[in-house]
Amino acid sequence: MKGNSLPMKGREFLRKKRTPMQLEQILQYSFSGLSTGAIYALIGIGFSIIFNATGIINFAQGEFVMLGGMLTLFFLELLQLPLWAAVPCAVAVSALAGILFERLAIRPLRQPTPINLVIITIAGSILIRGLAMLLWGKDTHAIPPFSGDEPISIAGATILPQHIWILAITVLIIAVNKFFFYHTISGKAMRACSYNRRAASLVGIDVRRMVLLSFIISSVLGSLAGIIVAPLTMTAYDVGIMLGLKGFCAAIIGGMSSGMATVVGGLILGVLESLGAGLISSGYKDAIAFIILLLILFIRPQGLFGKAESERV
Amino acid sequence: MLEVSGITRIFGGVTALDDVSFTIGQGSVTGVIGPNGAGKTTLFNIITGIYNRTSGSVKLGGKDITGLPPERLARLGMVRTFQNIELFGAMTVLENVMVGLHTKSSSGLLACSLMMPWSIAEERRIREAAMHWLEFTGITGLADDTAGNLSFGKGRLLEIARALAVEPRIILMDEPAAGLNSQETLGLAQLIGKIRGMGITVVLVEHDMELVMDVCDRIVVLNLGKKLAEGTPREIQENAEVIAAYLGDG
Amino acid sequence: MRRELLKFLFFAVLILAAPLVFSGGYLMNVLVFVGINTMLAVALNLLLGYAGQISLGHAGFFGIGAYLSGILTATYGWNAWLAMPLAALVVGTLAGLIGFPILKLKGHYLAMATLGLGIIIYIVFNETVDLTGGPSGLSGIPNLSIGSLVFDNDFKNYYLIWTFGLAVVLFCVNLAGSRVGRALRAVNDSEVAARVMGVNARILKVQVFALSAVISSLAGSLYAHTMTFVSPASFGFNFSVELLTMVVIGGLGSVYGSFLGAALLTLLPELLRGAQDYDIIIYGGLLMSMVMFMPGGLVRGLPELFRRVARRREGAGNA
Repeated sequence: MKGNSLPMKGREFLRKKRTPMQLEQILQYSFSGLSTGAIYALIGIGFSIIFNATGIINFAQGEFVMLGGMLTLFFLELLQLPLWAAVPCAVAVSALAGILFERLAIRPLRQPTPINLVIITIAGSILIRGLAMLLWGKDTHAIPPFSGDEPISIAGATILPQHIWILAITVLIIAVNKFFFYHTISGKAMRACSYNRRAASLVGIDVRRMVLLSFIISSVLGSLAGIIVAPLTMTAYDVGIMLGLKGFCAAIIGGMSSGMATVVGGLILGVLESLGAGLISSGYKDAIAFIILLLILFIRPQGLFGKAESERV
Repeated sequence: MLEVSGITRIFGGVTALDDVSFTIGQGSVTGVIGPNGAGKTTLFNIITGIYNRTSGSVKLGGKDITGLPPERLARLGMVRTFQNIELFGAMTVLENVMVGLHTKSSSGLLACSLMMPWSIAEERRIREAAMHWLEFTGITGLADDTAGNLSFGKGRLLEIARALAVEPRIILMDEPAAGLNSQETLGLAQLIGKIRGMGITVVLVEHDMELVMDVCDRIVVLNLGKKLAEGTPREIQENAEVIAAYLGDG
Repeated sequence: MRRELLKFLFFAVLILAAPLVFSGGYLMNVLVFVGINTMLAVALNLLLGYAGQISLGHAGFFGIGAYLSGILTATYGWNAWLAMPLAALVVGTLAGLIGFPILKLKGHYLAMATLGLGIIIYIVFNETVDLTGGPSGLSGIPNLSIGSLVFDNDFKNYYLIWTFGLAVVLFCVNLAGSRVGRALRAVNDSEVAARVMGVNARILKVQVFALSAVISSLAGSLYAHTMTFVSPASFGFNFSVELLTMVVIGGLGSVYGSFLGAALLTLLPELLRGAQDYDIIIYGGLLMSMVMFMPGGLVRGLPELFRRVARRREGAGNA
């Protein structure tokens, strides 16, 4: 029965539920919350990068997450590639999809009003989802974990190797991301665009190239998130909607920052969701993210850590 | 009529306005001038409720209006125009002015939707009044044109017609001559004269000195967020500090 | 104003006469849904096309109307004609309350917030199993009736639904051409200028949001009583997007455009019955190409297209 991790996890949970060790449970939920939170953080950073470069909230962001998982599966199963080859291929194809999306949908838009941009990115997300459904069907698929599924016990809680993979890869991505934005010319140019697009173009930065670059980076981040989470949650053509929205929620908590604030936002969301599901009700788990989303937008639209702006209009 | 006292506005550490005070008399035409970055538009935005002030107060006809939102100010008789013209671009010229009559009408959502007789009668009244203001500003012929397609000069006239439809006691114009040719500017000067003739107080921020000296009774000069001088056009023209500020600005 | 009235009369005659041509068969059933979707699209268009405020949560208001009517009549045995206005009142109050904070948001943020609201409502439908029956739905909702006249077939339902549908259309046409409609469009074009003219943009937006939700709730109640069964699947995010598609395809700010969009999107899946799995792609493609090539929607785009074709023909004739 090796290779089938879900029943084993189920048994673990059942055993834990019967013991009165609340603390252990909380620890358990926090661990799994942190790893899903890391996923939300990656997706949220993707949202923020595009938003900062263009002022667009890309409703299709979640579809790149879906593409990551589904493409990896495609390369693994149909082309029989090993994992180390399938992942870069999947990321590359997702990046290509990001480029096509920006070129075919965003750039040619004649009236880029906020409403039209919302509609066009929604339309894009439906199209990508629809194409995925046609190509790969409606079934839910599992991707094998990166390195087995023997649970590891830490302080009374058990975690799977995939959890560690997720956290490690997220840390790595965030480090690379930070390096890119602060130590490369393109990264610095993108930051300049996010402060003031007009000024950036006046000093010779090719803003349109930066917009394209932001879509590439976001689709890469999204697809990576989709790949590393797929072994835990399974993947299907329609997983992008929820993951995308939760990533957006992480970005909102972080005040649309493409740095640590959004990472913290994602982790907070992941842990709250996991605790809520475990201790309160699993049915309302998905509602938690949206209640947080609304509360933040209503009360602190600048994010949990941002400073308030004083302008009224 | 309009009493501005001690208005200060700090934007993230930069003092855009520093303790600016002046008083404007009923029925007068006052110009607010100053080099670029003097804080004129910021001052306008604070008076008309678009920005918050950091400290200070504004009174209109003795009533404290500090910090009131623009929609409240409209009902109290204060209206403004914008430097870059803010028209309702997708609507016709006539409809633009009809929106100006919003405060002069009262049919609610349900009365309008159910076509109550009084709301139909009111609609007719609104249309007639709007036509009057188009005539007043001389753009009757454009009534059915789409506002977004107007030339800058005509757009400016429409903006003024729309503002007058509110039947204000005081109208603030932010650089009304910007983007106008010399003939249009002449027409504007005449229009301002006509508006003042109706007893409406006029305040304008303006760069066109000829226009300011021509139409204004009094002038307030701002420089670097502070009030530099105040007086009649002649006094201002002879004020050494004002001349220095303008020359220093290049 | 008189022209608007004539337009409406023409539309009403067309709608009322349609069953004479299409009577019987499956098409009548589809036309009933065209009526319900028209109400929903017109309601959303008030908000999106006139006031310029997007909502991706309208399926939620539609759903609350449907469930409240369904639960009150099927579970508690209320009179349907009593449940319907009560549902509308509840939805209107809810929308009015949430409208204040939510409509402070603009553009993309508003879209996300209304989307979140819609999903929360959807989750509640699924989770409050005792009330709603959860994912498997709520059945046994009675048909509407007046005295001994029970609206239990497509023909009767057609006239029932379209009586409401035409009333909603007339209501919105009147509103659009009025002082309030003008103020809404003004807010859409330049909120700051509208406020300077004395328009209380905030209150106005909330009013329209609530009105739009009330109409959606009404459509929901009618839906519940014609279907006699409701389940959460009809009120999810996808349906909100479908409504958005109807409004955009028909044309923002055009009441009859919304009818056109609703009719097209309701009939389309029936025409594409063999290719059911493709409909999601077709929605996406339609939505995208409309925004790109016909941003004014069918009501403005089609006449433009005809004119262009006619001009080309004329040019060819002269040559």
